[in-house]
Amino acid sequence: MSLFLKALKKSPWVFHVNAGACNNCDIEILDCLTPRFDVERFGIKLVGSIKHADALIISGGVTANILPRVLEIYEQAPKPCLVVAVGSCGCSGGIFRDAYNMVGPIDHYLPVDVFIPGCPPRPEALIAGIVKALGKL
Amino acid sequence: MEHVLYYLVFPGLIFTGVAGLLVTWVDRKVTARIHWRKGPPLLQPFWDIMKLMGKEITVPETAKATGFLLAPLFGFAAVTLASTILWMSLVFPEKGFSGDLIVVIYLLTIPAISMIYGGSASGNPLSAVGASREMKLILAYDLPLLITIFAVIWKSGMTLNLSEIVTYQQMNSPVLYSISGVLLFVAALMCIHGKLAFVPFDAPEAETEIVEGALLEYSGPALAIQKLTKAMMYFTLPVYMVILYWGGMNFGTVGSGIWSIAKVIIIIVLIILIKNTNPRVRIKQIMKFFWGPITIIAIIGLILSMNGL
Repeated sequence: MSLFLKALKKSPWVFHVNAGACNNCDIEILDCLTPRFDVERFGIKLVGSIKHADALIISGGVTANILPRVLEIYEQAPKPCLVVAVGSCGCSGGIFRDAYNMVGPIDHYLPVDVFIPGCPPRPEALIAGIVKALGKL
Repeated sequence: MEHVLYYLVFPGLIFTGVAGLLVTWVDRKVTARIHWRKGPPLLQPFWDIMKLMGKEITVPETAKATGFLLAPLFGFAAVTLASTILWMSLVFPEKGFSGDLIVVIYLLTIPAISMIYGGSASGNPLSAVGASREMKLILAYDLPLLITIFAVIWKSGMTLNLSEIVTYQQMNSPVLYSISGVLLFVAALMCIHGKLAFVPFDAPEAETEIVEGALLEYSGPALAIQKLTKAMMYFTLPVYMVILYWGGMNFGTVGSGIWSIAKVIIIIVLIILIKNTNPRVRIKQIMKFFWGPITIIAIIGLILSMNGL
């Protein structure tokens, strides 16, 4: 089992969910894959299917429409699956906190492992956050 | 007992698995260097497989569970057996049998068929699209590939025995070192590229379009077996090409051993370069490409080789 945990730390595949973000955090997440930051060095890969994912990156304060979908995605993820909340909105709701269509930050509904604040967070902060999440395993 | 050992250890499962994963590492590293990135560490593919082995396995509600979970095993067993037969013809030539070439041709088609079966059984519409595209891809590349193999049989003294083909080419000259051979090699390289379903022929697994197609619903150990099958194909198909078109391998002396391994690496690097310098094309264009230019090249190669060129 410990060999599995070691392997999990060496190759966390990440699935990205936009739960009503303004797209700025999403662009920063994609920045991590560029030659400048190159997260593939650490085995981190952005996957397209939730069935392949080891970590869920959720950006944005959650809108009422997206909430059931996010919960369903989390249920479909093969466990163990980490949850990382990205951006000011993901952590607390940010400037959209009092909007009529927001049902609150994601940690009201899912067990979030790591919060990465910032509007948007820098790619370095994202990488540091993922590393901290893996340290929790 | 001896044969079980061949299947599980040396030319078979463990050897091909390790070599295949190393080849995927080379692929990812070279791709990264082309992007001006650093790329993953050497053991990355092994960690990936080990991690997937420990994950939970999920079966969708709409899936036919038995077929969904059995399909990867068929492809895996087939590619292992194909690799074993190919390497046996190189390492223990006397153990070959007449017609093993035909067996290998069929065995190397089974991984694609298992993808079709698994994709259709998963109950996901995107996987079904991937499966139907995979079917069209097989139809597209099989015709020119079989024509080139027929030409190779013609040029290698009309034998269906892999080790005899290799011996004939080593005695005379490899198929590649002639006008028709170059044409056959180019056509076959394209077909192998299609068989591996890499860009530009990756319509069945288009990640940005149908989310890896048939692989979409697989998770945990089943996905690990699928990835391992792909990795082993990535190693087996270049070896297959070296045997048929480039005079096989010879580990008699150190120099010829290094040259034999270099041949496989050259083919892999060619595949990586094609993969990284082309965009994905639609399945219709793939069929046009294979049934048009590639089939014509293969037929010209066949006609030239029948006339001894």
